[in-house]
Amino acid sequence: MKHDIYSTEGLYKIIRKEELSSTVSRHVIYAPLIAAKAKAGHFVILRAREGGERIPVTLVDWSPENGTVTVIIQAIGKSTTEMNAFKTGESFSDVAGPLGTPVEIKNYGTVLGVGGGVGIAELYPIARAFKEAGNRIISILGARNKDLLILEKEMAGLSDKVLVTTDDGSSGKKGLVTDAMKELYAAGEKLDAVFTIGPIIMMKFVAETSRPHGTPTFASLNPVMLDGTGMCGGCRVEVGGKPRFACVEGPMFDAHLTNFDLLLKRTAAYRENEKESLERYARDHQCRIGLH
Amino acid sequence: MEKPKKPTPSIKQNLGRHQDAVERRGNFDEVALGFSPEEAVTEAARCLGCKTKPCELACPVNVKIPEFVDLVYKENIGAAASKIFETSLFPAICGRVCPQETYCEAACVLKDKFGPVSIGRLERFAADHARRNGLITPPPCAPDTGFKVACVGSGPASLATAAELRKLGHEVTVFEALHEFGGVLSYGIPTFRLPREVVRFEVATLKKMGVRFLKNVMVGKSITVEELKKDFDIIYIGSGAGLPSPMNAPGEDLVGVYSSNEFLTRVNLMEAYKFPVTDTPYYIGKKVVVVGGGNTAMDSARCAQRLGPDAVTLLYRRTRAEMPARGEEVENAMEEGIKFEFLTAPVELEGDEKGRLKRVKCVRMALGEPDASGRRKPVPQKGSEFYIEADSLVVAIGQSPNPVIQQTTPGLSTNKWGCITAEEATGKTSLAGVYAGGDVVRGGATVLLAMKDGKSAAQAIHRKLTEKPL
Repeated sequence: MKHDIYSTEGLYKIIRKEELSSTVSRHVIYAPLIAAKAKAGHFVILRAREGGERIPVTLVDWSPENGTVTVIIQAIGKSTTEMNAFKTGESFSDVAGPLGTPVEIKNYGTVLGVGGGVGIAELYPIARAFKEAGNRIISILGARNKDLLILEKEMAGLSDKVLVTTDDGSSGKKGLVTDAMKELYAAGEKLDAVFTIGPIIMMKFVAETSRPHGTPTFASLNPVMLDGTGMCGGCRVEVGGKPRFACVEGPMFDAHLTNFDLLLKRTAAYRENEKESLERYARDHQCRIGLH
Repeated sequence: MEKPKKPTPSIKQNLGRHQDAVERRGNFDEVALGFSPEEAVTEAARCLGCKTKPCELACPVNVKIPEFVDLVYKENIGAAASKIFETSLFPAICGRVCPQETYCEAACVLKDKFGPVSIGRLERFAADHARRNGLITPPPCAPDTGFKVACVGSGPASLATAAELRKLGHEVTVFEALHEFGGVLSYGIPTFRLPREVVRFEVATLKKMGVRFLKNVMVGKSITVEELKKDFDIIYIGSGAGLPSPMNAPGEDLVGVYSSNEFLTRVNLMEAYKFPVTDTPYYIGKKVVVVGGGNTAMDSARCAQRLGPDAVTLLYRRTRAEMPARGEEVENAMEEGIKFEFLTAPVELEGDEKGRLKRVKCVRMALGEPDASGRRKPVPQKGSEFYIEADSLVVAIGQSPNPVIQQTTPGLSTNKWGCITAEEATGKTSLAGVYAGGDVVRGGATVLLAMKDGKSAAQAIHRKLTEKPL
C-alpha cells in the first residue's frame, strides 16, 4: 500500500503496543514520512502530549509498506513512564524525524555489537544492517537482570555468536559485557569493528577494552537533547577534542575519541528535576513505579 | 468620553501602559498592556494624515498607515484591521516586535516637535481588538492555479510567503521541524513580549485560507529539498538562522552554560517556567550571567530574571550606544533590575568538581579603531581581569543558519557565513525553482525584514509560475 507521506491523517497513532518486560515496551507508530526515510542509526524525538517534553528515542524498526516505525522505550522517568502507559490505538502528540546521521554500513569482516539494557533494542537495526552487508556478527547482550534482557531471540537470529551477561547471573554469565569482550579477545577472535549502545559508563569501558587491540570502536552517545535538529547545542559532546552536536552529526561517534567523563557530567544536569517530575507523576497516579 | 478633534498633534504621545516593573519580574504575562479604545482614539487623533505619507513609505511592507489610523479615529476598528491586512497579514505580531522607532515612527513628521504617532501601538490595538471581537475574516483567495509550493520553516519569512501565495491561488504546504509553528515567534521571543495566542491565531488564519501545515518534519533530514522538488513546483526556504554561535571560551561545556537558543527554547517553546506542571526542566542558579547585547540577550536576561534568581548580570563588550538591542527592550530590562556590565567580556568559565559553573573570569575592554563594519572594535585591557560568581550563564552572541539544508542540497550556493545566497528583490537562489529569504539569507536579522523578504519572494514566485512562454 502506498502511503501519502504529506497526510496528517492518523499520524503518530500507536498501531501496536507490547510489553517486553515490566518496564520496557515496544510501540509500533504510524508515521509514513519517517518510515519512508529511516535507516539504521536514526532516531526520533517523541512528545507524549501537550505540555510534554521532547525525548530522543532510537528507531528499532520501520516499514515503508505499513507506514510505521518501531521504538522501544524503557520507563526510567516521568515521560517514559507516561509513554509506556499508552495503549494500542492511542497517539503520541509528536514524533519528529528521522533525525541524526545514519550509521555507515559496510563490510568490515567481523562486527562485534555490544548492547546494554534497552541499548540492545537500539543495537538491533545496526546489527541487522551489518549482517545484510555480509558481516559476521558477534553480539554481547548485557543487562542488570533477566527481566531487563530484551530482544534476545531477535539478536540471536541475526548473530553468528551471542554472549549474554547479567549483573546478577540470572541469565547467561554473571558479570559485565567487558568481561565477555575480554574473553573474545583472549580466545583469539579477530574483531574488525565494535559498535556499542548502552549506559555511558558501559560504553566508556567497552572503548577502553578495545583500545589496546586497536579495534575501530563506535558508540551511540546519549546526551540530553531538546530540539534534536541542531539549533541549541544542548546535546554537544566532545569528540577528538572538538565540540560536536550529537543530534545532527551523531549519535554514533568514534568511541576512542569520545570524552565520556564530560558526557557523564552533562547528563546529570537535571537529575533533581527528573526526580521531582517523576515523584509528582507517581503521586498523581497512585501507581507503584520504582523510584531509583 | 470627549473625543479629541482631529488632528490634535500637540496631545502628548501615548506610549501605552505597562505592567509594573516589580510585579512583572514574577510572571511571563505581557509587559506592554496595549491601548484602551479611548487611548487608541486619542492617539489616532494626533495623526495629521499627511498626503505624502512618509510613515507608509518608511514601512518595509508599506502598511497603509494614515488610512488605518484614520479608521481607528473613526472607531471603525474592523475596517482599520482590514486596511492593514491589505498589505500585512501579521499586524498583531508586527505591532509588537517591529522596531517602529527606526521605520514608520522615525519618519513621522511629528517626531521632533511632539513625539511621533504611536503607530506600532495603534497597529497592535487594531489587530487585537479585531481578533478578540471576531472582526477578522481571512482574505479571499484567487481560484486554484494547480501549482504547488513548499515553504520550509514556519517563521515570519515562510508565513509571509505562504500567506501571499495562497491569496494568489497556489496550493501551499508549510514544513516545520518543531512541534509548534512560528519559528522564532514561538521558541525565541518570550511570551511577555509576544503572547502565544497571537501567533497561534495568525497560523489558524492561514489554515482557514487553506494553507497546509506539517509539523515535525526537518527538511534536510526527514526529507530533502531534492525530494520535495518531485512533489512541488517551487520550494521556498525560510529556515532561519538557528545555529548558536559559541564563545569558544574554555569551560563552555560546564553544566549551567546554555546557548540562548537552548535557554529560550526551554523557557518559551517548552514552557519550562511552568515546570513541573510541564515536563521540560530548566537549570538556573542564584547568580545568572548573560553574554551579548542584542534582543536575544535582552530576552534571555529577562526570562532568567523571571525564574527567580538573586541576580542577573548582562555582559556586553561595547557600550550601551553600540548595543544592537531595541532601546525599549534595554530600558525594560534595566527597569526589571538586570545589572549591565558594559565594556566587559568573559574569557574563561570555571567549574566545580561536578562540572557545574562556579565563576566567570572577565576582562574589561576599551573601544579602539573602527572595524570593517564601522563599529569601534573592543580591545581587552591588560591586567583588568576580574571574576564574577555565577552558576548559570547564557551565551547570546549571535546565530548563523543551520547548515543541514545547505549540506543536503547539491548546487545550492552559500556565502562564507553559511547563508544561502539569494537575490534580495526576488529570493531567487542558485537552483531553479528554489527561493529563500529571511535569516537563512541575511543571517540573524529581524522579523520585519523576514516578512518583507517573504512578500517579495511570493510576488517573484507568482510571476515565475504564471509567466507565459514568449
